[in-house]
Amino acid sequence: MTEDRQVRAAKNPDETHHLSFSQIPHDALTRADRPATIVAPSAGPSAPRFQTDPLTRVRELPHRYILAALAVGALFATTACGGPFPQSTLHPAGDLGFEIDRLFRLILWLAGGVFVVVESLLIYVAIRYRARPGQPPPARVHGHTLLEISWTLAPAVILIMVAVPTIQTILRTDGPAPAGALEVSVIGHQWWWEYRYAESGVVTANELHVPVGRPVVLSMTSADVIHSFWAPRLGGKRDVIQGRTNRLRFTPDSVGVFLGQCAEFCGESHANMGLQVVVEDSAAFEAWIAAQQQAPLPPDSLSPAAREGLEAYRRIRDPASNTCIICHAIQGVSGGLMGPNLTHLGSRSRIAGDMIPNTAEGLARWLRDPITAKPGSKMPNVGLDESEIAALVAYLQSLR
Amino acid sequence: MATTAATVGQVSHAGHVDDRSFLRKYIFSTDHKIIGIQFLIMSLLFLAMGGALAMMMRWQLGFPGQVMPGAALLPETMAPGGILLPEFYISLVTMHGTFMVFFAIMPLLVGVFGNFLIPLKIGAPDMAFPRLNMMSFWVAVPSGLIMLAGFWAEGGHAGAGWTAYAPLSASPEYSGVSLGQQLWCVSLVVLGLSSMLGAVNYITTVINLRAPGMTWFRLPLSIWALFITAILVLLAIPILAGGAIMLLFDQTIGTHFFKPATGGQVLLWQHLFWFFGHPEVYILILPAMGMVSDIIANGSRKPIFGYESMVFAIMGIGFLGWIVWGHHMFQSGMNPTLGQTFMISTLLIAVPSAIKTFNWLGTMWRGSLHFHVPMLHAVAFVAMFVIGGLSGVFMASTPVDIYIHDTYFIVAHIHYVLFGGSLFALFGAITYWYPKMFGRMMNPFWGKAHFWLTFVFYNLTFFPMHQLGLQGHMRRIYDPTQYEFLQPLQPLNQFITIAALLLFASQAIFALNFILSWFRGTKAEANPWHDNALEWTVPSPPPHGNFAVTPTVYRGPYEYSSPEATEDYLPQNKRLPTDRMPASQPAGD
Repeated sequence: MTEDRQVRAAKNPDETHHLSFSQIPHDALTRADRPATIVAPSAGPSAPRFQTDPLTRVRELPHRYILAALAVGALFATTACGGPFPQSTLHPAGDLGFEIDRLFRLILWLAGGVFVVVESLLIYVAIRYRARPGQPPPARVHGHTLLEISWTLAPAVILIMVAVPTIQTILRTDGPAPAGALEVSVIGHQWWWEYRYAESGVVTANELHVPVGRPVVLSMTSADVIHSFWAPRLGGKRDVIQGRTNRLRFTPDSVGVFLGQCAEFCGESHANMGLQVVVEDSAAFEAWIAAQQQAPLPPDSLSPAAREGLEAYRRIRDPASNTCIICHAIQGVSGGLMGPNLTHLGSRSRIAGDMIPNTAEGLARWLRDPITAKPGSKMPNVGLDESEIAALVAYLQSLR
Repeated sequence: MATTAATVGQVSHAGHVDDRSFLRKYIFSTDHKIIGIQFLIMSLLFLAMGGALAMMMRWQLGFPGQVMPGAALLPETMAPGGILLPEFYISLVTMHGTFMVFFAIMPLLVGVFGNFLIPLKIGAPDMAFPRLNMMSFWVAVPSGLIMLAGFWAEGGHAGAGWTAYAPLSASPEYSGVSLGQQLWCVSLVVLGLSSMLGAVNYITTVINLRAPGMTWFRLPLSIWALFITAILVLLAIPILAGGAIMLLFDQTIGTHFFKPATGGQVLLWQHLFWFFGHPEVYILILPAMGMVSDIIANGSRKPIFGYESMVFAIMGIGFLGWIVWGHHMFQSGMNPTLGQTFMISTLLIAVPSAIKTFNWLGTMWRGSLHFHVPMLHAVAFVAMFVIGGLSGVFMASTPVDIYIHDTYFIVAHIHYVLFGGSLFALFGAITYWYPKMFGRMMNPFWGKAHFWLTFVFYNLTFFPMHQLGLQGHMRRIYDPTQYEFLQPLQPLNQFITIAALLLFASQAIFALNFILSWFRGTKAEANPWHDNALEWTVPSPPPHGNFAVTPTVYRGPYEYSSPEATEDYLPQNKRLPTDRMPASQPAGD
């Protein structure tokens, strides 16, 4: 187990720092499951088969109750541990994520404490006071005012312990944007993300590039249904709604690629609406911006295959809605607004809502049949032949 | 008013020979007990169907791309080659939620037990409006059939989730569904009519038809809970119906309530839906709490601890339920100050919930616990409700909700409340009142087998979903394996699927026990659980008109182990030498 963890830690050093929270190993998941499966009662209780009076006999059930409760407890413990999951909310990589994580842990301890106390009490009572033959009847108690008042106040106190830090966190994280923040407009589409950088004019899709250490403010809206922008390790999640602009603010604190996706159910391909946030140092970020501002290569410096692809891209098709340039924009070539801007498609690592690798093979698969690759896709099956597909792939790959 | 009840009881029913035809007695019956049983059969069928839909979803999540056993029964438009289509999967998600909430849990709690228990427990011969009651059932049936019909609608069934968020639900161009979504709206409007007819009836009956001596604070907690629930139903359902009609108009006659491009408001739907939806949550849990209170007092052979605070807690939950709807919309971009207000009102609900939990513990404390099958389910209800309540605190804290909103953590939470809470209570309640409904006992051995299998597999199914959610697993996705970052979670997904299939299979025990006991079960005496409430003073099943003589009530329903009685229970209508006759009215209090 230690070896295992060292290997993983070596692969991704920033995964280790939260392990101190709970020393349960990554594999606790599977371990916790094992006792749990054993608990499943293999044989039914050996109660008399036909009881006419359900009150006459009391069976010994508690030990199984305890086992079941232990299994539940073990599973509960696993929620407290990290794991080798790149999407985990338990490994924040930005200030917002960190704030949320801290609050989450506070509530986890409080709720965990209440859970243990109340459920133990319940199990204790269930075992201790089960009916035994010959015992005197229980005292007829109708209530106890002091007790009832105290267990009204006790949860109220715990809730204040939750409410106060929550409000503090809201005030810290939900204020106006700090000066010098990077502003990016995010537009949700069925089923991809569009990003527009206010200061540099860069327009791209699905891959959001941001510099490390600088506050980012996303101004988000939707072109169609409700989506929700979510990059778990950065902490952000906010609905993206047509007719409204919602804002999300965070400051990433480590370099890396952070995955995310749409979190609000948005139709048939809701499951195919990924995104990534590429956090890079400021030099790399500036270089990326500069590259994105470049115009694409002029047609005469393209390879013959790519030139052929450009022709295919411009070709008017029947019906006209099957024409590439109606929906897509490439600087200097076309200005469609329905689909992602393709001017620098070659610089992105994935296509189609961040779901398909941006390789010759991936592009060809997408062009051949978008509807199968992404069910319900708004890009129709254009009916390209194989030579057109090869040419288009060459052209799209030239757009770097 | 009690005089009315008494007169009706004596004149038309006492010692009356029942000469109604089969049709009037069992099909178009105005007898609240028969209507309750009709609701029971209908909603158990929908419960089984909702479960089957969930199994298909679980299969797809655990084993995506693999041929589903039994998929050959489905038409090509749903599962060609035995593999579920993505659009069908989305209909499954939508319809599992819709059927379980509106056609299984809600009618089971309100339609079945509201009908069956209210007149019997307050000492009335029937509901205040028996024909409205019959209509309530016969409106619910077509509503369910309309909802079912959507599966065969062109373009597939509704696919916008059970919450039907606009504009996805409002525009066929976004969802690819038109007729299915329209049927969804129509069905809910019709069902709303059924629920409102029931609610009016319950409220009137509880206020007007209580037997002499049955004061408000002698009502069983199940009746208190059903009464408050009926008020919630009456006030909440019209909002859903109104919203559904607006949604239907957006789809069919070109209105723009929810279409921002032409001046509508997307969030209006969410406000309407959750202003209904959160009281609905309490509609789905309050009657369960009430019946669990009855069962726990009985199983502990002790009076319920803190009866008054239980009643006030029910009222408190019922009231607070109206001012928390915004916590479903924390991520919609609401003003943070408004968010804080909703956060605080949401946290406040934990207080009455905690009062109830501790009162149940207090009832069991130093009791003489008899773990009959209903008691097992009731105690499991308490244990599971605690987990569901605590996971709710995470969501109430707005920043933490940013983490877990729309993940499997929410799925775990809702199932801990609705399955761990409501459904365990329902299994207990059905077992408890089965003898009163059918005159026979359910088999206790198979009842216990069903309980333990359900309890174990239920937890193995839903507890790991907390983990899934925290690790970033979104709700409502068709194929988790296509995300690299979800692949490490796939073993857990498969584990959950297997546990869920076993959980579903375990329900066969309940179904068989339910059906076989109807014909073969041990004949039930009038009071098999030695309970104090009025329904146990009449034969099982009670005759048409319930009480041969209108009962007079001398005390509350929880006088177990009373030193004044020779047995360890003391029926509400048993007159002790020290009891005075109540005033002729049940005091119009």
